[in-house]
Parts: sequence; C-alpha cells; structure tokens
Amino acid sequence: MADIAQKWSVTREASRGPNLLARLFDWKPFLVFLCLLPAIGLLVVFLTYPLGLGLWLAFTDTKIGRGGAFIGLENFASLWRDPIFWTAVGNTIFYTATATIGKFALGLWLALLLNHHIPFKSLIRAIVLVPWIVPTVLSAVAFWWIYDPQFSIISYILKDVLHLRSTNIDFLGTPWAARISLIAANIWRGIPFVAISLLAGLQTISPSLYEAAMLDGAAPWQRFRHVTAPMLMPVLSVVLTFSVLFTFTDFQLVYAITRGGPINSTHLMATLAFQRGIPGGQLGEGAAIAVSMIPFLIAATLFSYFGLARRKWQQGEAND
Amino acid sequence: MTDAALSTKEPAAPERLGVISWESGPRKLVTVYLPLACFVIVLLFPFYWMTITTFKPNNELYNYKDFNPLFVHSPTLANVRKLFFETDYPQWLWTTMLIAVAATALSIFASVLAAYAIQRLRFRGANWVGLAIYLAYLVPPSILFIPLAAMVVKLGLFDSPLALILTYPTFLIPFCTWLLIGYFKSIPYELEECALIDGASRLQILRKITLPLAIPGLISAGIFAFTLSWNEFIYALAFIQSSEKKTLPVAVLTQLVQGDDYQWGALMAGALFGSIPVALFYSFFVDYYVSSLTGAVKE
Repeated sequence: MADIAQKWSVTREASRGPNLLARLFDWKPFLVFLCLLPAIGLLVVFLTYPLGLGLWLAFTDTKIGRGGAFIGLENFASLWRDPIFWTAVGNTIFYTATATIGKFALGLWLALLLNHHIPFKSLIRAIVLVPWIVPTVLSAVAFWWIYDPQFSIISYILKDVLHLRSTNIDFLGTPWAARISLIAANIWRGIPFVAISLLAGLQTISPSLYEAAMLDGAAPWQRFRHVTAPMLMPVLSVVLTFSVLFTFTDFQLVYAITRGGPINSTHLMATLAFQRGIPGGQLGEGAAIAVSMIPFLIAATLFSYFGLARRKWQQGEAND
Repeated sequence: MTDAALSTKEPAAPERLGVISWESGPRKLVTVYLPLACFVIVLLFPFYWMTITTFKPNNELYNYKDFNPLFVHSPTLANVRKLFFETDYPQWLWTTMLIAVAATALSIFASVLAAYAIQRLRFRGANWVGLAIYLAYLVPPSILFIPLAAMVVKLGLFDSPLALILTYPTFLIPFCTWLLIGYFKSIPYELEECALIDGASRLQILRKITLPLAIPGLISAGIFAFTLSWNEFIYALAFIQSSEKKTLPVAVLTQLVQGDDYQWGALMAGALFGSIPVALFYSFFVDYYVSSLTGAVKE
C-alpha cells in the first residue's frame, strides 16, 4: 500500500517538469505565438522588409557593394526622360492586355470544351496542364528554338509544306514581330492555368440551372450569357487578378527569349529593372523601375478584383 | 411531304431531351473534338519539338531539305552525352533538387503551424493574419529581387544556396498556408474536441490527429512547393554567380549558350531533362495537383 503511494508521488515528481512545459504549450497565446513565428518571421524578414527597403532604395543612388545616399526623386526624374523606360512601360501594358485577353478567350474556350462529356477526360486534363508545370524558362528555350530565324519549324511549315510564304519569318528580328512572338509564348503558357481553374468553376454550376434555362427556351448563347457567365464571375475575377498580376510582372519569358532585344525594344519593366539593377549594378535605379510597377499593380488588382467580384457581394457570399 | 415535315422537326426534338443529347453525333465532332485536338497539339508541340531536337544528329538538325524536320531519321545520344559528361549538368540537377527540397520542407513546416494556428486555435484576429498572408502572395518576386539582392549581399549569403532556401519560402508559405487552411477546415473539429476532453495537449492533437488526417493536403502543398521552387528563376539568376552553384533553369540559359553559336541539340537536351523530373513528379500526383490548384482558386 505504502509502496503504491510512494510510486505515485515519484511519478508525480518526475512529471512535474515536463508538465510545466506542457502547460506552457497548452497556454493559447503562447501556442499561437509559437505557431505563427516561423511563417510570419520568414515573411517579415524576406518579404515585408525588402518591400520597404525597395521603396527606400528607389530614392537613393545605391550601387552593388556600396551604400547610397538619399537623392530624392532623381531616379524617377531620369527615368521620366528615358525613352527606353517608356518603351518598357508601353510594352508591359500592351503585353499584359493582349496576353490576358488571349489567355482568357482561349482558356475559357478550352474549359468549356473540357466540360463536355468526353472520353479520357482526366487524361486530357492532365496533358493540358503540362505547359504550366514545366519550368517556364525551359519551355521558353524551346520557343526560342521554334522562333529561330533560319530553322524555325513554323517557317518551314508555312513555306515548304503549305507554300503560303516565300521567305522565312523573322520572329525575333524586328520589334513588333518579337513582341507578338513573346505574347504568343505567354498565351501558350497561360492557357492551362486559366482553363483548369475555370473548369473547376464550371463544374460547380448546377446542371439544373441549365435545364431550367432550356425549359424556358434559352438558346446556347443565352444559356452561356445568362447562366454560365454570371455563375463563373467569382472564380473568373480571382483567376483574372492573379493572371494580370503575374503577366504584368513577367520576367522569365522575355529574359529567356529576347533579353529585351532587338535594341531594347521588347523590355518589360521587370527585365529593365533587372538589367539596370543586377548586371548594371545600379540598384537604386533598378529599384525605382520596380517601384514604378506598384501603382499599376494596385490599380490592375483593384480593377479586376472589385470590378468583377461585385456580383459576389450582391449575392451576400462575401465570407465564403 | 411527310419526310420534309419530319426532317424539319428533327433538330428540335433532341433539344428537349436534356443536356447530353443535344450535342451528340457529327456536330460534337466539329464543335468539341476537333478544337480540343488542336488545343492538345498546340500545347504539346513545343515538348515534342524539344524531344526530337534532343535526339537529332547535327546534319539532320540543320538540313530541312533532305530530312523532314518533324521526325528523327537516325536518332543519336550525342547531345545527351555532351550534356551529362561535358557540362556541369548533373551538378545543377543535384543543386536544384537540394534547394527545392530544403525550401519545400521549410515552407511546409512554417505553413502547417501557421495554418493550424489560424484555422484551429481560433484566436482573435486570426482572419486578419490569414488575410495578411494571402496579401503576401500578391507581392511578385519581380519587385522584390533588387532589395533582396542588396540584403543577400549584406548578409554574406551571395552566391550561396542558403540565399535561395531562405527566400523561396516568401512565395511558398502564402500559397501553402492557404491550401492547408482550406484543408484543415474540412477536418471535423469534433475530433479535436474529443481529444481535448481525453486530456491531449494541443501539440499532441496536431501531431496525432490533425496532421495524419491532413496528409493529402500536405502532399498537395509539398508537390506544389517543390515544383514552384524547381521552376523559380529570377532569384536564382540574381543571387547565384558561380556556374557550379546555379540552379537548372538558370544554368541552361546562361551556361549552355556560349556566344552566338547555339548548340541547339544540347540546349534542347538540357531543357528536356530539366523538365522530366517535374513532369514525372506531376504525373504521379496529378489528382492532388488539379485539386489543389482548383481548391486554391476557389478559396
């Protein structure tokens, strides 16, 4: 009997230390703090702080390996007079607008096609996503080769197989041809993401809505216009926001295929910022270019998100 | 007369029968299968082209008159051999793998804890923390790489894989956290309440109940994070200088292109073998992939 009591007190003694620790781990504020620490810590140090630092650098003449002094708006003033910067701004806007329209038109079409009852649907869906998962730079290298001035397969097909042209297409040699080639590559890469996300949206639409519309005598276009489109808006607005954001700040495709050439005519703001900032060493000026993307980004995000998501609020599903 | 009446009526009849029947037959061939085939061909063509260029000998590669460029006539492994034995390619593959695995592990660890805290500990302001993490995803790397480069230099991490392992979580954590919040939401809270009543501590609950149930979510987040780190380009380009420490996408673009004489065969081989690991990875987990992509969008 006493034996047992002794054992009891021993085990209690032994467990008191861990118990305190365990109690601490069960104390909610501490636990919340501990759980959030790694994520919030990493994000604050490597995201929030650099964002602020970037804003600061834009107002300095920092170079790689040497701290800079505050020079006010000088970076922005010199960019204002820089025709290459304005070309890059124009290119970025044109690139984003055209590529987004292309991606969404083709992506929506592909999503509608995949929403039919077709054999091997999941296999096709898996294949369609491949351009999106393969490293962009590597598929860009493939496009670089497809756009080769001498050995382009597209030129070969148009010239030697279909006899539609007599000369090779110079895809990357002139500014406009290069811009359009880049946009085509960007659309190619963006279609899968748009299509698969919109397909997910389409699949949430209840078939009974279509049946009801059909009973009311709605034609296919009317069914699309009055059932599919409004039901798809919430998903569409999110996908559009992301798409615009990532197309606007695109770097890889342009860097891999043209590096901003011919003669700086296809630079996007991101590639110009890189060229000035890292190989050129002008961190301050590069940061100023990167910072000038922010207002565009905020505007584009607000427009695509609030412009299209309004319908969702009206339905009272804001907390979904 | 009756024939004509019948044939005019016919197109209207299937309309009434329901969703499936109005689009069957040859019409479906033109409106569905044909465009779908075009999409699949266009989306896959660059990979086909990449693959056959890899296995073409040089005389075929630059002679379209005698050899149809769409096929390989006498396949060769010369380009592959050149890539693996005359360049640092195996080293780049290894480095990329290492960085991707480390960044993924770090991000998953941080995201699981954060998602658990936000979704299950129900503290005041949890929604705001969740929103802040979501907003972090909207900050594109293109505006962060310059200040990050300055930071990396100052911390003495320039040209070190650690610079990438620490910076990749900035875009991985927001994504994984949101994915996992969604996943934790689907696990019944009652299970945790039972465990709490039985005297389990919060950490025990996380380890023994929530995590095992969330394994599919963890796999989704893991493969997404791995692919995103494998594909990352701009940070790797800006923070790494020496050839043997470069990640694969950067190395293919900067080390395999020498001067104006592009070795297209080797370049395409580099692109092909850089894509295969993610493609394989993807094919094993394709369902997780699709569900996490669409789940994240619907959130």
